[in-house]
This record gives sequence, C-alpha cells and structure tokens, in this order.
Amino acid sequence: MQPRVELPTQNRALHGFAVFMVGCTFLLIIAGALVTGNEAGLAVPDWPLSYGSLMPPMIGGIFYEHGHRMVASFVGLMTIVLAIWVWKRDDRPFVRRLGWIALAVVVTQGILGGITVLFFLPAPISVLHACLAQAFLCIVGSLALLTSHNWRHGPRHAANDLKGVSMRRLSVCATACVYGQLILGAALRHAKAGLFWHVLGAFVVALLVTWTVARVYKYYAHLSSLFRPAIVLGILMAAQLSLGVGSYLVRLASREDVQPGVAMVAVTTAHVATGAAVLVACLLLTLQCRRWLAPAETQLQLTSVPQGATS
Amino acid sequence: MKRRLELWLAISVFVLLLAACGGGGEQPTETTESKPTESGAPAGPVTTVDPATAATLTGKVSFDGEKPKPRQIRMDAEASCASLHKEPVYAEEVVLNDDKTLQHVFVYVKEGLGDKTFATPSETVVLDQKGCVYTPHMIGVQVGQTVKILNSDPTTHNIHPVPANNREWNTSMSPGGSPLERTFPREEVMIPVKCNVHPWMKSYIGVLKHPFFAVTGKGGTFEIKGLPPGEYTIEAWHEKLGATTQKVTLAAKDSKAIDFTLKAAS
Repeated sequence: MQPRVELPTQNRALHGFAVFMVGCTFLLIIAGALVTGNEAGLAVPDWPLSYGSLMPPMIGGIFYEHGHRMVASFVGLMTIVLAIWVWKRDDRPFVRRLGWIALAVVVTQGILGGITVLFFLPAPISVLHACLAQAFLCIVGSLALLTSHNWRHGPRHAANDLKGVSMRRLSVCATACVYGQLILGAALRHAKAGLFWHVLGAFVVALLVTWTVARVYKYYAHLSSLFRPAIVLGILMAAQLSLGVGSYLVRLASREDVQPGVAMVAVTTAHVATGAAVLVACLLLTLQCRRWLAPAETQLQLTSVPQGATS
Repeated sequence: MKRRLELWLAISVFVLLLAACGGGGEQPTETTESKPTESGAPAGPVTTVDPATAATLTGKVSFDGEKPKPRQIRMDAEASCASLHKEPVYAEEVVLNDDKTLQHVFVYVKEGLGDKTFATPSETVVLDQKGCVYTPHMIGVQVGQTVKILNSDPTTHNIHPVPANNREWNTSMSPGGSPLERTFPREEVMIPVKCNVHPWMKSYIGVLKHPFFAVTGKGGTFEIKGLPPGEYTIEAWHEKLGATTQKVTLAAKDSKAIDFTLKAAS
C-alpha cells in the first residue's frame, strides 16, 4: 500500500475541484454527442447567442444544441476558476502552465463550436471540435491527478519498470492509439468516412489496451495507483467494444428512419462517452506508470520490488 | 514581474470571454435577404415561345415493386407539434396513390433547350411549415424566382436548405413571424431542405433555368405546357427511388404522353 499524505485543506479542495471539472467535462462530451445523435447541430442558427437571446425556447433540436452550449459555457467559466486556482495555489510550473493550456483549449473549443454553427458543420471543423473535446478532458483529468495527495507527496518511485517492453512506453503507446481511434471515430461520425479504419483501429486498440492491463494485473497488482485504473480501463474497453458493435448494428437498422431514434441516439452517445472514458483512464494509467515506476535504465534498489518486475 | 504578466494574461482572457458572450449576435432575421442579390435574371435575350406552336407533354409516374410500409413520424418529442394532429402523420418519402402511381416526383426537361433563356416569373412560390411538416413536400422554381416561406405553426422552426450548387443558409422562423422570401441564383435538381429543430421535416426544391417542370400530385400525373418544338430528355426524379430519363421529340402543337416507372430500391 502506498503511503497517504495529508495535505492542507485548500490543496484538497483544489484537487476536488479538478475532479469536479472532469465530471463536468464528461457531461459536456455526452451533451455534444446528443447534439450530433439528434442531428441538432444547426437547430440554433446563430452564435454566440441562441435565437438572439441567452435562453431560447427549449424545444426539439434547440434543447440539445442550446443545452450543449449551456453546459459548455459553465465548463468554460469553471475552467477560468481552475486555471486561476492552480496558478495561485500550485507551485509546480508545468502544472500552472497546464491550467492556462486548459483555458486556452476551452476557449478554442468554444470558437470551433461557433464556426461549426456559422459555417454549417464543415466536417474538418466538426472532427477537430470532437477531438479537442477529448484533449480537454485529458488535460483536466491530468490536472485532477497531478493535484492529488499521493501524486504530490508519495515516494519518488514505488517499483521498477519492466525490462524489454517498458510499461512506461507501452502505456504511452496505448494512450496514443486510443486517441487516434477517437479521431477515426469522429471522422466516421462527422464526415461519414473511414468505417474500415475505425474497425481496424478498434482491433489495434483492444490489443494494446488488453496487453497493458494484463501486464499491470500480472506485475503490479500490489500497486493500487496502477492496478485500479488498469482494472477500470479493462472494463471500459470491454464495454466500448460492445458499444462499437452495437452502434454499427443500430445505425444499420435505422439508416432509413425518418428521424433519429431513441435507441440509435442512446447507443451511439454511450459509445462516444465510453470512448472518452477509455481515453482518460488510459492516460491516467500512463501518468501513473511514469510516476510510480522507475525507468528500466535506472533501476532502483527498492525495498519491495514486485515479483517479476525485472523479468 | 512574471506574476504580473500572468495576471494580465488572465484578465485579458476573461475580458475576451465576456466580449464573446455578451457581444452583438443579432437575432436571426426572419424577413431579410428577400431580394435576389445574386440575380437570377436571364443573362441573354429572353426566349418567348409562340403559343401557336407550343407543345404539351403529359404523363404519369408509376411505382414498380412491393408497396413500402409508410413510416410514422414521432412528434411526441414536441407537444406543440403533436397537438396539431389527431391522426398519425407519415413521412412523405414514398407516397403511393391507389393505382400505384407516385406523388412527389419532379419531372422536368433535363436537356434539349440549349442556351435558351426564359423570363423569371414574378409569382412567388409558397413553402409553408404547417403541422410541423413542409407543405408542399416538393416545389419547383426558376432561377431567381422568389420562394415565400411561411411558418403557420405555433412553434419555432429553422429552415435550412442544403444545396450543392447554391449558397447554403439557415434561418430561424418564430411562430407568427413575417414570411421569409428567398431566391436561388443557380440551377440545381434538387435542393434538400430541412428543419434541424424537428429532424423529420424534409422538403425538396428544384431550381431550373426554364419553366418546363412539374411535380406529380395525387393522380401521379404531370403536365408540362408551352414547350417549343424540339427533341428533349425528360427526367423524373424521386428522393428515394432515384431518377430515370426518357427522350421525346415534340413537333409544333404536339401533345404527347410519356409514362415513367420508378422501381423500388433493392
């Protein structure tokens, strides 16, 4: 078990706020997926206001589009708070920079959202908007982890990395592939292109993630900082593969529908949301690997080297 | 010094955000851009067809295949739309008459008029949003001819044509608002029109340089009058069943009938 260090209340509050932001961002991604699923992206023709006001009639597609804007505005405002809070309270320059990067990304994301409305959903911008949303989730997820108690005040390393295929590198590779897969998914959803590549990507990602999770399970089951995200990642990955197949089938069944059906919207939205969750779980596992595992080339004399950790 | 710089950066971003949120953002107009700015006026001398030699083309469009099951629209998502109908409402995609003739087929002269230009009619063509469906489902207009769009519903719509050859626009129409008048400056068969507030609402507009077109109605028939004598390619276009063409030669004062058959999509 890793030691838990108590920190001043204000730092715990900052970490709690960052976790809250992760939840809000996740909801924002779901709200965005509902807009696309319900084909409501242009239900509000103007931007930044909606029908010339802050609160248009919340009917039909307007409910989804303006609802997405409301959640996005809230997340935007909260990101200002987060950036300032991190800047004021955190003494690590790269964490402080990350707070400002989060703010820059959320502002860019808002502008991209506006461009999609004013230019009638140009596919490249819509794809970029979808991908930047995932990147923003990664940033706030990282901030939540970086401001946590154990990250800040735990020992430098808790175990040695594996020789051969390093966990530190394998997890980075898995995260990069998950993000690439999300780009392919966004292209399929917004540009209706690349089904083959998205399916191929699913196999690659499933393989890499399973390998990563299996190695954590085998070698680092005693390290809760790695074990917990790995187990969550494995469960999410299984769910995501099922939802991927489900999305394809439900799309196929509803391709001649007069309007978006509840089942189609529910399954595809769940697929987008779970994809985001897979990405953030994979990223957190990657960061944890880099935090707790000593690089293979600088193997440390640890008091408790995990069984097989040097194999 | 560094802290001060960061403080100014934070303030600047905040002010920018405030400006973006509270900025102008005029309410989308409901009546503007009514004039044909990209002028659909004929470029060359206007052709006038001598009524003494004008020919007429008539016919009907039939459906070949198993009658597709009508698909009901779910309006329950919005009470104001659902309350406008006592009976179920079905999508007007493939509308068959009892004799298996088809409604909503756009029949028009595709080729054969050469470079002839025709006067733009002064009459407006009305497209209404009534009962949360477009009425009529399909219209044809000439380049530069005014389309008058109404909202007869007690709810907000946005009207959004998705052309390939004309400029795309998307305008909101509140209940009881003024009609919207628009023109299309370039020929295009067909322009899909949709309402993103109510995703089941779909309509089609055919835009041609000439007046020789028709949309089949309840009898599945069409009539194209006033054609100058000549050899033409006639196309029948349907949103789900595709298009088919026929060649026809018309002499002066001819009155010919041609029938089209559109097959069910395999």
